[in-house]
Amino acid sequence: MTDNVNGMGGMGAPAAVAAVANVANAAEAPLLEIRDLHVRLPGRRGEPLHALRGIDLSIARGESLALIGESGCGKTLTALAVMGLLPDGAQVAGRIAFDGRELLTLDEDAWCALRGRRIAMVFQEPLTALNPLQRVLAQVAEPILIHRLLPDRTAARERAMALLARVGLDGRQARAYPHQLSGGQRQRALIAMALAAEPELLIADEPTTALDARLRVQVLDLLRELVAERAMGLLLISHDLALTARRVDRLAILYTGGVVEQGDARELFEHPRHAYTQALWAARPRLGAGRDQPLHPFEGGVR
Amino acid sequence: MALTAMLLLAALLSLVWTPWPPEQIDMARRLAPSSAAHWLGCDQLGRDVLSRLMAGAQSAWLVGIVAVGIGLIAGTALGLLAAARRGPVEAVILRGADLGYAFPALLLAILLAAALGPGMTVAMAAIGLHAVPSFARLVNGSAKGWWARDFVLAARVAGQGPWSITWRHVLPQLLPLLIVQGTTSFALAILAEAGLSYLGLGTQPPQASWGRLLAEAQTLMFEAPQLALAPGVAITLAVLGLNLLGDGLRDRLDPKEQPR
Amino acid sequence: MTPLLQVQGLSQRYAGQSVLRDIDFALAPGESLGVIGESGAGKSTLARLLMALERPHQGRVLWDGVDVNAMPARRRRALRPLVQMVFQDPYSSLDPRWRVGRSVMEPLLALSMNEAARRERMSEVLVAVGLEPDAAWRFPHQFSGGQRQRLAIARALSTRPRLIVADEPVSALDVLVQAQILALLRDLQRREGISLVVVSHDLPAIEILCDRALVLRGGEAVEHGPAARVLREPQHPYTQDLLAALA
Repeated sequence: MTDNVNGMGGMGAPAAVAAVANVANAAEAPLLEIRDLHVRLPGRRGEPLHALRGIDLSIARGESLALIGESGCGKTLTALAVMGLLPDGAQVAGRIAFDGRELLTLDEDAWCALRGRRIAMVFQEPLTALNPLQRVLAQVAEPILIHRLLPDRTAARERAMALLARVGLDGRQARAYPHQLSGGQRQRALIAMALAAEPELLIADEPTTALDARLRVQVLDLLRELVAERAMGLLLISHDLALTARRVDRLAILYTGGVVEQGDARELFEHPRHAYTQALWAARPRLGAGRDQPLHPFEGGVR
Repeated sequence: MALTAMLLLAALLSLVWTPWPPEQIDMARRLAPSSAAHWLGCDQLGRDVLSRLMAGAQSAWLVGIVAVGIGLIAGTALGLLAAARRGPVEAVILRGADLGYAFPALLLAILLAAALGPGMTVAMAAIGLHAVPSFARLVNGSAKGWWARDFVLAARVAGQGPWSITWRHVLPQLLPLLIVQGTTSFALAILAEAGLSYLGLGTQPPQASWGRLLAEAQTLMFEAPQLALAPGVAITLAVLGLNLLGDGLRDRLDPKEQPR
Repeated sequence: MTPLLQVQGLSQRYAGQSVLRDIDFALAPGESLGVIGESGAGKSTLARLLMALERPHQGRVLWDGVDVNAMPARRRRALRPLVQMVFQDPYSSLDPRWRVGRSVMEPLLALSMNEAARRERMSEVLVAVGLEPDAAWRFPHQFSGGQRQRLAIARALSTRPRLIVADEPVSALDVLVQAQILALLRDLQRREGISLVVVSHDLPAIEILCDRALVLRGGEAVEHGPAARVLREPQHPYTQDLLAALA
């Protein structure tokens, strides 16, 4: 579990177990299935903005999918759609099936039962996602209590403490307030909170943007381990192809509201077909390629 | 906004015209109920209530403007100074504000009245001075937040001095806050003025003031309740109108809220 | 030749805690330095000290051989056009109530130029960073993160500075936009001969923009040398660690 995995070759034991589980599950319905999802948002002057145009995605249990795209391309909207948290005035069409069950027709009560319990989300900016007035331990214990997974507060706190330990935070950090922790620690606390109710699907929206280079890698590795341990599905949203490509099973590239390329991460990594994917891949300067390495700014932007 | 406009109009109008001269006493009409000639009836001295009400609006506005003016200008200046200078200057200003805040407004009014004789000026001064600490503290708190922002750092990097930064960057950010606080203070000032006049410390007869109208109407509550009702409603509407105005203005002034 | 920027025994404390200890380096005109470190290592503090936005607890910061903290405020302000800064967060480095053109021209107020000359210079720098001159009339919230960072760079360029300190110039941006901004900065370096001090945790960005590198850890400099050497054959275990994590 703790071997440092770099590169695509050594995926490690946990992923192998998950891969086997995947084969076994192939006959089952995917955990999450999005078919032809369209989302229109109220536009500035009355004309609706066609933000998502026919998204097709699926995630099986124990599988991680990274949804890659720039700011404004609709990645977060996709996540919000899956959580039922689209802004008022949004028009949705298509299918989102979670464990076979259609989500778009649910009422608010049914959504609340799902959110946090079976589908959980980790946000980008831990400082604003955590309650500044509550200690971390209490916040991690809260979903356990809300969804009544354990009978009382003491039991919930014990479980929360164990979760925090799993993400690398000790007792002292657990009893701290969010502002007393570093950015990396806060992000881990958020992950623990998302896992508290033992969700089957975890959505992580740019969980590493606020972190240093080294921490980014650590957080992503942690997510990958957790997903494998618990046979969860992971939807990882990011703008950084190079960072995530080696740490997930599958990739989907989102460009101006549509999925332009999708498939096995390794395959896409080595043989990107769409121009945008190639541009994403070429955009990150490479360490060791020297000062004068060519940079390839892609000019066809979202704005 | 409409409410305030209406009140403003009434006050302005009363400077030029009232249905009846507010001071005109006509004992024959004493406590007359509303009629075509006198829309709100007459008071105990036969004076037209509506006219007195409109004249009262004048006092309210005048005291309000001057008092809030004092509070706003002095308070904002102190708050900005404290935020720009920090250190001992800020500490002195904030402690001073705490002291001023704790000092009872009424006592201040009484002291001033004792020293200078009761009257509208005293009312304006007392209410104004009392408003200074709250403005100062509010402005200081908000300004400090703005000073920490990157674009202020950028201005320092650009070579701008603290006064220039305060005037060009920090103060404009505070405008919505000042407007809302200003209108709230105005509403409070009107209430305070009414209170002081009620007690006899504010505007003196024969000048009309809503507070005094209330005081005078008090003794006649059972005979002519409408005399108390009129100023009461006027005060309520004024305060309500101002608060709504403040909210509306604040929303309008934020460039981020503008339609793009 | 006098170094453009020199730092001697620089230390800083906040509330009794030491955040920077004994930093030394010198930068020749036209040379660029990368300050590498993770969060909390003291990079931003160093950037602020270099810009004389704070006084150090100990040590000296020298611009063109003169101690910036030992001169009267007025004189220091007169030197500011020569040393400009680009901030990390494109969303808060421009005054939201000002039209962006005004923000871009702000550093020019310290120079004696008339309004027409200032506007002309503003148009020049807007074009230099790849924006249209009439973008000047819009407000910051009408631009994307990448465009705002370009505006911040335009502002920094306006006074033809000799040194620009860039604090995490691309970390808050999307990957594709990062490439654009890095290309822009590198281009400006080559064309205008401006020195850069790039403070960042992003190693590839430093490789592209800097001649020399300084690695900070817990407020101390653990490694210092030519960027190519530090990044390919690091000698200190901490640097080696950082590089290994990013492979």
